[in-house]
Amino acid sequence: MKTAPELDLISCPESRDAGTTSSRPGARLTRWVGRASLPFYWLVTFILIQQGAALAAEKADPALVPSIFSPESAPAHAISHLAGFVLVITGAIFVVVAGLLVYAVVRFRRRANDDETEPAQVYGSGPVETAWTTVPFLIVVVLTLTTARVIQEVQDARKPAAALDVQVIGHQWWWEIRYPKLGIVTANELHVPVSQGRERLPTFLDLRSADVVHSFWVPRLAGKTDLIPNKVNSMWIEPERTGLFVGQCAKYCGTQHAKMLLRVYVDTREDFDRWVKEQKQLAENDPTAAAGRLVFERTACINCHAVNGTVGNGRFGPDLTHLMGRATLGSGALTNSLEGLRAWIKSPEQFKPGVLMPAMNLNDADLDKLAAYLATLK
Amino acid sequence: MNGTLTTGDIRTAIPLGSIAATDKTIFEHIHSWLVTVDHKRLGLMYIIYALVFFVVAGIEASLIRIQLAAPNNHFLSPQVFNQLFTMHGTTMVFLVGMPMIFGFANYLVPLMIGARDLAFPRLNAFGFWLSVFGGLLLYFSFIGGEGMTGAGSAPDVGWFAYAPLTGKAFSKGHSTDYWILGIMIGGFGSIATAANIITTILSMRCRGMTLAKMPLLAWLNLIMCGMVLIAVSPLTAAQIMLLLDRFAGSHFFDTQAGGSATLWMHFFWIFGHPEVYVLIIPAFAFASEIIPVFSRKAIFGYPVMVGATLAIAFVSLSVWAHHMFTIGMTSTGNTFFAISTMMVGIPTGIKIFNWLGTMWGGKLRFDTPMLFSTAFLFQFLIAGLTGIMLAAAPFNWQLNDSYFVIAHFHFVLVGALIFMIFAAVYYWFPKATGRLLSERFGKWHFWLFLIGFHMTFVTMHVPGILGMPRRIYTYEAGRGWGIWNLICTIGVAFQVIGTLIFVINILLSLRKGRPAGNDPWDAWTLEWSTSSPPPEYNFAEVPTVKSRRPLWDIKHPSDPDWKFE
Repeated sequence: MKTAPELDLISCPESRDAGTTSSRPGARLTRWVGRASLPFYWLVTFILIQQGAALAAEKADPALVPSIFSPESAPAHAISHLAGFVLVITGAIFVVVAGLLVYAVVRFRRRANDDETEPAQVYGSGPVETAWTTVPFLIVVVLTLTTARVIQEVQDARKPAAALDVQVIGHQWWWEIRYPKLGIVTANELHVPVSQGRERLPTFLDLRSADVVHSFWVPRLAGKTDLIPNKVNSMWIEPERTGLFVGQCAKYCGTQHAKMLLRVYVDTREDFDRWVKEQKQLAENDPTAAAGRLVFERTACINCHAVNGTVGNGRFGPDLTHLMGRATLGSGALTNSLEGLRAWIKSPEQFKPGVLMPAMNLNDADLDKLAAYLATLK
Repeated sequence: MNGTLTTGDIRTAIPLGSIAATDKTIFEHIHSWLVTVDHKRLGLMYIIYALVFFVVAGIEASLIRIQLAAPNNHFLSPQVFNQLFTMHGTTMVFLVGMPMIFGFANYLVPLMIGARDLAFPRLNAFGFWLSVFGGLLLYFSFIGGEGMTGAGSAPDVGWFAYAPLTGKAFSKGHSTDYWILGIMIGGFGSIATAANIITTILSMRCRGMTLAKMPLLAWLNLIMCGMVLIAVSPLTAAQIMLLLDRFAGSHFFDTQAGGSATLWMHFFWIFGHPEVYVLIIPAFAFASEIIPVFSRKAIFGYPVMVGATLAIAFVSLSVWAHHMFTIGMTSTGNTFFAISTMMVGIPTGIKIFNWLGTMWGGKLRFDTPMLFSTAFLFQFLIAGLTGIMLAAAPFNWQLNDSYFVIAHFHFVLVGALIFMIFAAVYYWFPKATGRLLSERFGKWHFWLFLIGFHMTFVTMHVPGILGMPRRIYTYEAGRGWGIWNLICTIGVAFQVIGTLIFVINILLSLRKGRPAGNDPWDAWTLEWSTSSPPPEYNFAEVPTVKSRRPLWDIKHPSDPDWKFE
């Protein structure tokens, strides 16, 4: 499912390398800051600015910039149109009022040749006050009507019979994704079919939380909706173009809020059907990785992780049945690969400080076997 | 004055100057400040307290910005980053904003309404010391645990502390308890002081000063304090419920036992949104005093200004859920809060127009207080317009919890409130100390801070539009956010240098500033009629006023205001 150019753009390996080179001066500087904060941290800024400039110079792939003004799905389009309308009106107000302010500052400045007399005292004016109350009122009426219409259009949209149902459950700090009608469970990457051509095919998301409040936000597809414990929220997307759309948790949910990334793959219907078929199968049972499977089944892994077709059926962590179909580990903390898996299992804390997955302290041989086994879970 | 003081009291009172002249030891000086009930000394202590925490919160903000200057940065650990943004927000709202506005209200309200102190001087001292102890308790969390460098057990739940992240299950240890108790204690102080100021304004105005002849500053502080009474109480109630959850096993917000996460959101924002207006109305109050004086004109549309502020206060009590457009309210609920929020724009717009009307046809003098006030008008205009964008609920579904929101409310709280606080310090410093702040330093301060502010906060709108959520300690390269964050961080350097110049200006001018005299700005309200600094009893003789600008009447006996009002 993942393709090479996409892989290059997620955090690792390039950015991890950049991280380790910057972490050494970073740690040293943290100590300095502790001792004598004020004068030194500007030096730190200077150094970081140099580093940052280098990083910022890297070209961002426009397709992966989650701009709210490049919508590719029905609700995001509606919002973007409304946003454009509001921007035009507020922009006009800005030009008029800021223009008046600038004019007043320039025109009514005290001049060097002014005498000491006071200007004419004006205490107010009924007609003027009425005028500048009425105009904003009319603008507000227009804006509220437009807003109300888009609220309805998005929130009260009718669900077509063909719509795909998906359950998204927020966890600290990953996304559980279930397709109840298809019997699929996966994590962090949502696959949906494109809605093109003859019939509409939107996806309706059922949003829940297993712990604290999270928020589902993929800007190019729709606005965000929160995942709140003891409450079921819903939202919908209707992407009209295939491809990868990135997003992340938008509601602060604890230590690793920053690494709760979301990837939505919009597939053609054929690709989506193929993906569904693959996902429905039991986990790969590669005999060459049997030793690793034994490590998996005899370690605490199975308490939290499920692999369909083994004894592992935990639900606290992501389902690993088709782990290798996903591009990242740790909800975007690092690239999913054999080496990535081994490094992650050895020390999750290194990639995602505060993560709830503990290091299992396996010996190197077991670690190799386990990583090799997990890498077979296509 | 309502007859509680007679001239006999004045004769027995000791003027401030003579206190300084006596041979007191340093300890006796400190003691006299600790036990004081004088509204001016308490006001100054509030302001100094707020300035100290302003610097602290600024350092926290700078550390946050360094961490975010580049993608995948490792300058701060996630835990420390989360503690810093929590403490930065909490500090700016509760330990800078609130004490600052109460400090100015304390100092100015009695002087401007011709009273000799607040109605309840000892309650005033009580409120101040509660605020101090609340602040110290909150900051005590940095010590202990892993100590200073590991940031101790400072709270890390964000300044609005959403449940259930604050529950025992997700917030172990005592960091959240520091947050609850520190803020709650300060909240009691706020309620006490607000009640005190309301009583003072309603019952201690000098002879002739009807409500309609009060300076706008008094009016706006009256409204602000009324809002404090209404707004702070729900927060205190919610905090007590949270304490019960954490210590007594109740389940108000404990979602794992059937509690409600949205209940906390409602409680918090029923406090939180009026709170924004509590903070910004005093900024309006400063602008309504400073802009007329430096335009050399009476305020345009005084009754409309009062009415607009009352309207803002009233409507602002029904807009809280615009912080919650993404929680899955019904479309009716979302529409209601979108409409009520946009309605606030009307009275707010009226205020901006009236300040413009005041400047129109005037002779504008651009001393430092007026520079800051002009920038305030410009920035508050932008803050209002981005506020309209955020009020459009569907637009909000995209912008909520993104950096766009951060940019928006920093335009309100820094671009409007902090700029007006700077203006107010430059304007009233000569009254409080008898010396003017240096204009040269003041202009450096203004321009550096202005450039830095716009570099940081204009730019900050962009990553929000590009999908960057708030409160993330780091982000990936390749999302197009890096360069904007870098510019934001560079802007902070300008603001820090500007603030340093401001602090130096205060320290130098205290000793070497040009003597101010009673009325350095040729102003019109009562505080400028007494000496600088004012004596402990404020006025040797309680004044009688006939108009909103009593000193104008004295200065222009042939053309007094009372003939026209």
